[in-house]
Amino acid sequence: MYPIPRLPRKCMRTWIERHRNILDFTLSSLVRRKRKNAALVSVYTLIVFLLGSVLFFTYALRQEASFLLKEAPEMIVQKLSAGRHDLIPVSYIERIRAIKGISSIKERLWGYYYDPIVGANYTLMVVEDPEVSPGFIAVGEGVSRTRLASPGDAIEFRTSQGITIELEIKKVLSSASSLVSSDLVLISEDDFRKLFGTAKGFATDLAVKVRNPRELTTIALKVAEILPDTRQILREEILRTYDAIFSWRGGILLATLFGAVLAFIIFAWDKASGLSMEEKREIGILKAIGWETSDIIRMKFWEGIVVSLSSFLMGILLAYIHVFFTSFMLFEPVLKGWATLYPAFKITPFIDGAQVASLFFLTVVPYTVATIIPSWRAAIVDPDSVMR
Amino acid sequence: MRKSSLFFLYITIQTILLGCMFTHASYKQKSDVNRLQENISLVQQLGLTDLCLFTEASYTRHLSLADFHTAFQDSPMALEHFPSGSLVPHPPAAKKMYENMD
Amino acid sequence: MIELKDIRKVFNSGKPNEFSAVQGISLSIEARKATVLKGPSGSGKTTLLSLIGCMARPTAGRIRLFDREITSLPERFLTDIRRKTFGFIFQHFNLIKGITALENAMLPAYPLGEKSSSIRKRALNLFELFNIAPKAYSRVEWLSGGEAQRVTIVRALVNNPSVIIADEPTAHLDTKLSLEFMGILAKLKEDGKTLLLASHDPVVYESAVVDRVVNLRDGRIDGAGQ
Repeated sequence: MYPIPRLPRKCMRTWIERHRNILDFTLSSLVRRKRKNAALVSVYTLIVFLLGSVLFFTYALRQEASFLLKEAPEMIVQKLSAGRHDLIPVSYIERIRAIKGISSIKERLWGYYYDPIVGANYTLMVVEDPEVSPGFIAVGEGVSRTRLASPGDAIEFRTSQGITIELEIKKVLSSASSLVSSDLVLISEDDFRKLFGTAKGFATDLAVKVRNPRELTTIALKVAEILPDTRQILREEILRTYDAIFSWRGGILLATLFGAVLAFIIFAWDKASGLSMEEKREIGILKAIGWETSDIIRMKFWEGIVVSLSSFLMGILLAYIHVFFTSFMLFEPVLKGWATLYPAFKITPFIDGAQVASLFFLTVVPYTVATIIPSWRAAIVDPDSVMR
Repeated sequence: MRKSSLFFLYITIQTILLGCMFTHASYKQKSDVNRLQENISLVQQLGLTDLCLFTEASYTRHLSLADFHTAFQDSPMALEHFPSGSLVPHPPAAKKMYENMD
Repeated sequence: MIELKDIRKVFNSGKPNEFSAVQGISLSIEARKATVLKGPSGSGKTTLLSLIGCMARPTAGRIRLFDREITSLPERFLTDIRRKTFGFIFQHFNLIKGITALENAMLPAYPLGEKSSSIRKRALNLFELFNIAPKAYSRVEWLSGGEAQRVTIVRALVNNPSVIIADEPTAHLDTKLSLEFMGILAKLKEDGKTLLLASHDPVVYESAVVDRVVNLRDGRIDGAGQ
């Protein structure tokens, strides 16, 4: 008398081995169409790589900006004339000096100089530095790099009167500070006024320091009252600018890439939903030899996971290397635009675990689902379908 | 070796590398402290207000100080400063002045 | 061992192309014997095989397996019984292209959660038994008709079932290979397997291996004799 076959007791071992067996078959199945699947994985990896690069870059830069600009001037007072930034009379300082809470007011002299030889814009700033005396300048590494000039070399400047003056480079600012100083030319006040013809009694803007940072907004309002033709830019607004720009700029690129990801999901769905006759027949065979509908679904699950998981991991790792070891090399044309002077983007790898996790869910879940769902109908065929 | 074992091995190696990535990041963050500090002092010393990212135009170089109208002196869409000109939004400070007019 | 009582199977019920493949069949299949269902095409042989092999449910009637009523069992139990009790050899081989003969043979055991190494060992032993061991790692597209058929036999045996069901097994074989096939069946019977075949090939139903022939016509039994 043959024993009646009983249902197997569910145990962990069986579960693991079942999945491993099904995975074995899934991999054999994928390897059969080597070229097509290799192309699929490559494209998917590429998309993860691009998306990941943008995410890493924008987040790291945002973090860096918030760190560096923490010590930016507390308040900048800028004069507006016909809606545009204009020189501010130094006499304005006296008018606001009496405001309670202000600890110091400094005039700032800075401006832009276009160098036709290399087609680059420099930011010229007046500093109180014994090394930067009349006739001498300190330059950022970007200036030095673009002009191929080092300490001892002189750069020609054309004044507003049309006269050419030569200023000798005393020192080059470190390349580690490139992100803040790349295009700077630190100059003495005399040379600045000679170059731009800015009259004494006028400055570019004023930097105000307060005793209690919590009173900043109140003080700013008072300044606005006393000097109605000026606007006050607060440190917090400076920081918010950088928060916004990197979310937004990243957003533009992200939106483009999102479109790419969407296109890819559609492509994957299109591929998976049109289950070929061959695939349907094979599923029929598997059902006939004893595979259940749930086993077919398990197979499709692994098919989705194999492609998406390996693409995700590879894409993320490559993105990290791309952003933090090659300074975001591939996006250089986008960031550089028409600028001739371009800082060396060596940024600290601040990464957001939450972003990596979101990217993981975004890349793995939709694709796996897109692989499983269209196969449902084929998976539920009767086991005797191949016999008919 | 079984195909599934190979796959798991591959995934494990990649995951370990991912772990290394996070470790490297946190290590670099600590070791870069000096550079960041140096930059922070430079910002403080020189009274800088912006990062030097896009040197094509005044409103792309000094984003936070940009006024409302300078962008208009360039053509619409700021093609000569593409893509930074068309992507740089109005900084919060610029809008503030005109809030009362709304 | 297997008892069928008043089995009916209707396809496309209610639709204009409704037809009865099996109309009121009562049958007893003896254990450890070879039974052949003989009849022209359209006589319901294949349908009857799939009903006995738990691949489909009858529209009416009762089936008992090892004295246990299985017609009203839920799907999962039925599938499990099918996997453990029956091994199928199909008319059109139905091997999966692009993978090796060995992997094809191992497939039925995959979802049962057995360790891959033990499945492999068992399958390779069977390959040895049927003299196709050298072809174990070849892709199925490169096998001859006879070799492919032997792979399907190994596949049917890999879960050590007690019943082997074969649907027109000699349809794509020449006489020599058909006789070889019947020889294999003889061995399986010796090993205690129950055999159930559907065929209209005289090499099959006139073979000495066969214990009983059931004549089918238009979904009914046409006399029940040896």
